Amino acid sequence: MPVEFRADLHIHTCLSPCSELSMTPGRIVARAAALGISIMAVCDHNTVEQVEVTSTIAKKRGIRVIAGIEINTSEEVHILGLFGKLTDAFRMQAIVYEHLQLGENDKEAFGPQVLVNENEEVLGFNKRLLIGATDLSVNRIVELIHGFNGLAIASHIDREGFGIIGQLGFIPQGVEFDALEISYRADREEAHTRFRLYRHIPWITSSDAHRLEDIGRSTTGFVMEHSTFDELRLALKGAEGRKVIF
Amino acid sequence: MKLQEIIDSLSLKVETPAADINREVTGAYVSDMLSDVMGNAKDGFLWITLQIHLNIVAVASLKGLAGIILVNNRVPAEDTLKKALQENIPIMSSPLPSFELVGRLYALGLRCR
Repeated sequence: MPVEFRADLHIHTCLSPCSELSMTPGRIVARAAALGISIMAVCDHNTVEQVEVTSTIAKKRGIRVIAGIEINTSEEVHILGLFGKLTDAFRMQAIVYEHLQLGENDKEAFGPQVLVNENEEVLGFNKRLLIGATDLSVNRIVELIHGFNGLAIASHIDREGFGIIGQLGFIPQGVEFDALEISYRADREEAHTRFRLYRHIPWITSSDAHRLEDIGRSTTGFVMEHSTFDELRLALKGAEGRKVIF
Repeated sequence: MKLQEIIDSLSLKVETPAADINREVTGAYVSDMLSDVMGNAKDGFLWITLQIHLNIVAVASLKGLAGIILVNNRVPAEDTLKKALQENIPIMSSPLPSFELVGRLYALGLRCR
């Protein structure tokens, strides 16, 4: 019998330059647990390097962590890639790294990119320009995510900056998103009118948290048998009694 | 050329009154892609854009830009203004569209090199 799971599928850690330092995997998991979130996706900017440690900590609290990445396309559109297997997420990351704008992160301008371990100890810093854009188009990024068995979700489509509609004006034909993310800021009714052309694609909402207090400020219910990636896919398809409650 | 002179000549609205506008402008760059500005704008340049989000300040600060001019009467987001004041990055705005504004900056003698 499918039951409803609360999911926050867009959370940044302190590895994202624009996140607060307090966004360590341990604290994120503690906060999510306190809020009753049972599935979360770690989606740092252009990297998956903090997924595994978060997943390890979350397992002990009975929370499922989905491997995610928020990719910046050549049009400066943000797209979430969610993966069932960490190896697939790392394959995606390898391509993103290869195509990411060159240069080193300037932590004064953009913020530090901190890698931490299970005990909240700093392991080091990612030096890449994670805030930068790749030279891969929206169409290509979605194809690649699907090629690695992932789910492609257009980030915060109601946001002017870095949302697909703000950057391109529309969702191009032939780009097959598995879901569209409506940000916590959006007025639901207004969103229904404004994005009525895109009602055939499932909608989700998530926190896009960059600070601990933002976690869970917007979540989506998924009616599923288990809290797994494969079940998420079924729910987004509305298949076999699974569904998304937006 | 001083930023103050450009503000006066083009009747720009200063969105960040506390930021220092008595600085030298060495050139200008127009683009709405942050990655492009990071790659091509130079120290002391003015940047003309329609983007109003927080990250424009980070890019301006990283590149040592003299300031940002928003076109089409665009209003900077609140957190953008806050960050601009922290980083001392002047933000101005104009009712003109990019094409018109850039033409006038060119006529004032600014170049992109």
